[in-house]
Amino acid sequence: MDYAATGQDALSRIEGAGDLDTLEALRVEFLGKQGSISGLLKTLGKMTPDERKEEGPKIHALRESVTGAIAARKDALESAALEARLAAETIDLSLPAPETPRGSVHPISQVMDELAEVFADLGFAVATGPEIEDDWHNFTALNMPETHPARAMHDTFYFPDRDEKGREMLLRTHTSPVQIRSMIEKGAPIRIIAPGRVYRSDSDATHTPMFHQVEGLVIDKGIHLGHLKWTLETFLKAYFERDDIVLRLRPSYFPFTEPSVEVDVGYSQENGRRVVGGSGDAPGHAWMEVLGSGMVNRRVIEAAGLDPDEWQGFAFGTGVDRLAMLKYGMDDLRAFFDGDVRWLSHYGFSAMDVPTLSGGVGTPA
Amino acid sequence: MKFSLSWLKQYLETDAGIEDVAATLNRIGIEVEGIEDPAEKLAGFCVAKVLTAAKHPDADKLQVLSVDTGEGDPLQVVCGAPNARAGMLGVLGLPGASVPANGMVLKKSAIRGVESNGMMCSVRELELGDAHEGIIELPEDAPVGMAFADYHGADPVIDVSITPNRPDCMGVYGIARDLAAAGLGTLKPIEADDVAGTFPCPVEIRIEDAEGCPAFHGRVIKGVTNGPSPQWLQDCLKAAGQRPISALVDATNFVMLAYGRPAHAYDLAKLSGAVTARRAKDGEKVTALNEKEYTLDASMTVIADEAGVHDIAGIMGGEHSGCEEATTDVLLEIAYFDPQRIALTGRALNLTSDARARFERGIDPAFLDTGLNLLTALIQSLCGGEASEVVRVGAAPATPRIVHFDPALTGDLGGVVIGPEQQQAILESLGFSVVAEQAGHDKAWAVTVPGWRPDVDGAPDIVEEVVRIFGLDNIESVALPRADGVALPTATPAQKLERRVRRAAAARGLNEAVTWSFLPEAEAEAFAGEAKLWVLANPISEDLKAMRPSLLPGLISAAKRNLDRGSSSLRLFELGRRYLRGKGGASDERLTLGVILAGDKTPRGWASGKAVAFDAYDAKAEAMALLAEAGAPVEKLQVMGEAGPQFHPGQSATLRLGPKNVLARFGMLHPAIAKQFDIAGSVALVEIFLDAIPGKKGAASFTRTSYTPPALQSVTRDFAFLVPAELPAADLVRVVQGADKANIVAARLFDDFRGQGVPEGQKSLALEVTLQPLEKSYKEADLKAISEKVTQAAAKLGATLRG
Repeated sequence: MDYAATGQDALSRIEGAGDLDTLEALRVEFLGKQGSISGLLKTLGKMTPDERKEEGPKIHALRESVTGAIAARKDALESAALEARLAAETIDLSLPAPETPRGSVHPISQVMDELAEVFADLGFAVATGPEIEDDWHNFTALNMPETHPARAMHDTFYFPDRDEKGREMLLRTHTSPVQIRSMIEKGAPIRIIAPGRVYRSDSDATHTPMFHQVEGLVIDKGIHLGHLKWTLETFLKAYFERDDIVLRLRPSYFPFTEPSVEVDVGYSQENGRRVVGGSGDAPGHAWMEVLGSGMVNRRVIEAAGLDPDEWQGFAFGTGVDRLAMLKYGMDDLRAFFDGDVRWLSHYGFSAMDVPTLSGGVGTPA
Repeated sequence: MKFSLSWLKQYLETDAGIEDVAATLNRIGIEVEGIEDPAEKLAGFCVAKVLTAAKHPDADKLQVLSVDTGEGDPLQVVCGAPNARAGMLGVLGLPGASVPANGMVLKKSAIRGVESNGMMCSVRELELGDAHEGIIELPEDAPVGMAFADYHGADPVIDVSITPNRPDCMGVYGIARDLAAAGLGTLKPIEADDVAGTFPCPVEIRIEDAEGCPAFHGRVIKGVTNGPSPQWLQDCLKAAGQRPISALVDATNFVMLAYGRPAHAYDLAKLSGAVTARRAKDGEKVTALNEKEYTLDASMTVIADEAGVHDIAGIMGGEHSGCEEATTDVLLEIAYFDPQRIALTGRALNLTSDARARFERGIDPAFLDTGLNLLTALIQSLCGGEASEVVRVGAAPATPRIVHFDPALTGDLGGVVIGPEQQQAILESLGFSVVAEQAGHDKAWAVTVPGWRPDVDGAPDIVEEVVRIFGLDNIESVALPRADGVALPTATPAQKLERRVRRAAAARGLNEAVTWSFLPEAEAEAFAGEAKLWVLANPISEDLKAMRPSLLPGLISAAKRNLDRGSSSLRLFELGRRYLRGKGGASDERLTLGVILAGDKTPRGWASGKAVAFDAYDAKAEAMALLAEAGAPVEKLQVMGEAGPQFHPGQSATLRLGPKNVLARFGMLHPAIAKQFDIAGSVALVEIFLDAIPGKKGAASFTRTSYTPPALQSVTRDFAFLVPAELPAADLVRVVQGADKANIVAARLFDDFRGQGVPEGQKSLALEVTLQPLEKSYKEADLKAISEKVTQAAAKLGATLRG
């Protein structure tokens, strides 16, 4: 018997099935229990062995080709349906995703973290002290007795209050009282930096009544001006991440140091901004004052309860806000304290910008 | 302090130019703040000769000059000065030069159709004086073509900042001395011969306050003719920034500015009786030379006659007895006043003066006679007159100060090795004298300090003198000794906490602000609670007056400024101190985190629809997250009330560890406070008291407690309870969580429903409870038993399972 026509007909109908339901109907028609090809298979039982040998493979071949065709058609219909569904599910991905607010770390905090990192490597711990101070810690212990002319130069904010020792209460005019407190508390040897808020009753384009300083103090045996110079050079090189930092030391006067040294750093002007580096005497360069420093005055060491014949050391101080401005290019100090979110977003730092020595303490723009 | 180069060179023999002088001053610790070099202003102006002068063809008052500039062809210049004429010498500004008086840059131009190649200048145009009737006429021997700056001898002025330890450098002579020591030239000796008096001093001088005025020297000069001082003296004073007044006054000012020695000249005609240095009487008044009246008290030293006070000693003279044009007889006063008393009096009267600045820093007690001689000679040379004998009352503290000094200290402290001979030479050039205390040169020295250096009283001061003249730049850098091994951590727990919380807040989308520590008093008061504020006695403005007792007011003001600028959504935080009262009158400054969420939490969006405002739960979310980062045991915190009157009473809470320890407060701003701060919209606040978070107990260890994730899967069961409406949901969650600690690992509230189906006065709370089997999976009976426990525990709060 010839099943070719039957096969041709089945295959073409399968091919023509337009949806899965039609295809299923065809499967039942051909391969279901009552199906035509199933019927053919049943005829095999009634055949002679010779007939069976003859017809069996043909019927099986027919069944297989139809089964295969149905499966293939099913695949095709299914993928077409999927494609159609996916096409219908298309969305406009140029629409904005939900917004996540971006926070920021204030430049002052960032720079203080950078300083802590730089100085930790040199063995300096970070010390703190009160901002509402008494005049003994802020002045007297720092070798500025009541009638000292330098007191008048400090533009001090006073409170009407006195503490139980009768000391006038004031807002610290510098971070130097932390030197006294640290030496009294921890003794010697000691290496600390003390960053924090300080106050002067001064307000103009470049001065704000509140600003930030960082103080450094080393008290040990055999410490001299050469160590001070090296420490300041190392600090500025590490902070600005430049090897061409050149310092100029000038004799100066601070009541709490003797000898006293003001420190200038060489810089050049690039695109209207000061860029630290190079000698201030080089062409196109100049000097700017960045630090006050000196060997700690014997009277200060004594006031802090240490023996100045045994211990000596140096101290230095500088403005944190100014260090931030010099490194990161802000030009208006007043904006630091305004809380303008546009400014904070622009000049602030990502939470991920954690200063590390291995990664470089600074964060490139 | 300002002085001209030529004035300096009156005392310093040197060829050094202005640049050398300035560089040396900086190097030795006299900071140059500015150099005013008139030569720079006169660049482009030269001596020129008018060859011909013809009438301008098209203007009556103008002339067309032909001017010889010494080189090339004569230039044609149009000039309007009536005195311009052929043959005269004047000053020509060439194209490119900038006229000092008005900054106008000269250029080649046509004036009424005639080309002009520059400008013949008047005295006023070159800022050399006020005359402007015509152009400058120079003598016939003026070299044509010479730069006018060179011809005129432009004298540069140096402005230096004198540190408070150097009263000696508040006189030009002292600066010359330092420069000479630094090798810039030779110091000329002071020429001050005794001026013999020809008659006894007719005024009796007395000291009643020997403490405030240990020494008072005086003399009278009779028959002086006062008037304007000569040009050289006026030039000196102008260079110093002082206004010339009259010869007598200028002479005393000159001695002060040149030698750092204040003195005073009284008009003798206005004095009556003895002149006495005494204490003022309480309430005594004097009108000083600045025309202001001062009320004195008994702590202040004055110079007075029988009629009253004529001088606030060492600070400012009185107006009444000051010298005038008609003065013919003067009493000169050169006194030594106690520096501390001058400082206290000046501070009490809030009166600054050049004299005070010098006296309170300490003038040379050995300079009384020399000073008086200098002043007498100067006055006589300017005003004539006959001098009386000198009256000397009292004695200035004259004990020479001797400092014991080992020259090895220069190396130990200064970090630079300088030979003893060189050290000695430096010290002697500064006026110190050095004597070896023992045999051998480089052992201990006795160094005698000159009277003009009150600042030097110890060996380190001597090191400073030596090192400063030797040159600080010659000091080599020496590495600080380093501890062996890896640098140890240096941050304290509080510092680590602060850093961590700061970065956590920034990572959560908050912008860190730094606001003033001081606030307007009313705003501080609104957040003060019962604490007594720290209020400044001398605030810079009323807005910066009271130390903040909370971080919130500063943040609210910052938020308001941002909103006023058009921001619609703000998330600000600040980490800083709040200032409280501590023990013994000290302050108590506590580390605090403030957060403000103002405006929209999410803006209107294509997916989310309308903008959503911040609410109290946003504040709670920040509080909980940041407390967790700060290491607070957040699972143990209780939500309680009493956030404070600054908050919406129904939408705020405190987070406490135990009933008393408040770690944080959060919620919505009270509308009344919002009105006070003039801020609109929804404002949510958080304040975390970082100081209240208990520290970790015991030594820090890196090892975590051991943990293996359970092999069996956890199971969840939902419970819905009807509870009284006023029951805090957290109470129910807590009891459910604690109902069977062996099995319940979490209880999460996912529904709070009131309304249809829930009885009045009640609410329905639904919880998802997570159960974790450990040994074997739960059987139905196990789950039933656990459920029983949950229901029973909830029942204690009046909760019933919802059917």
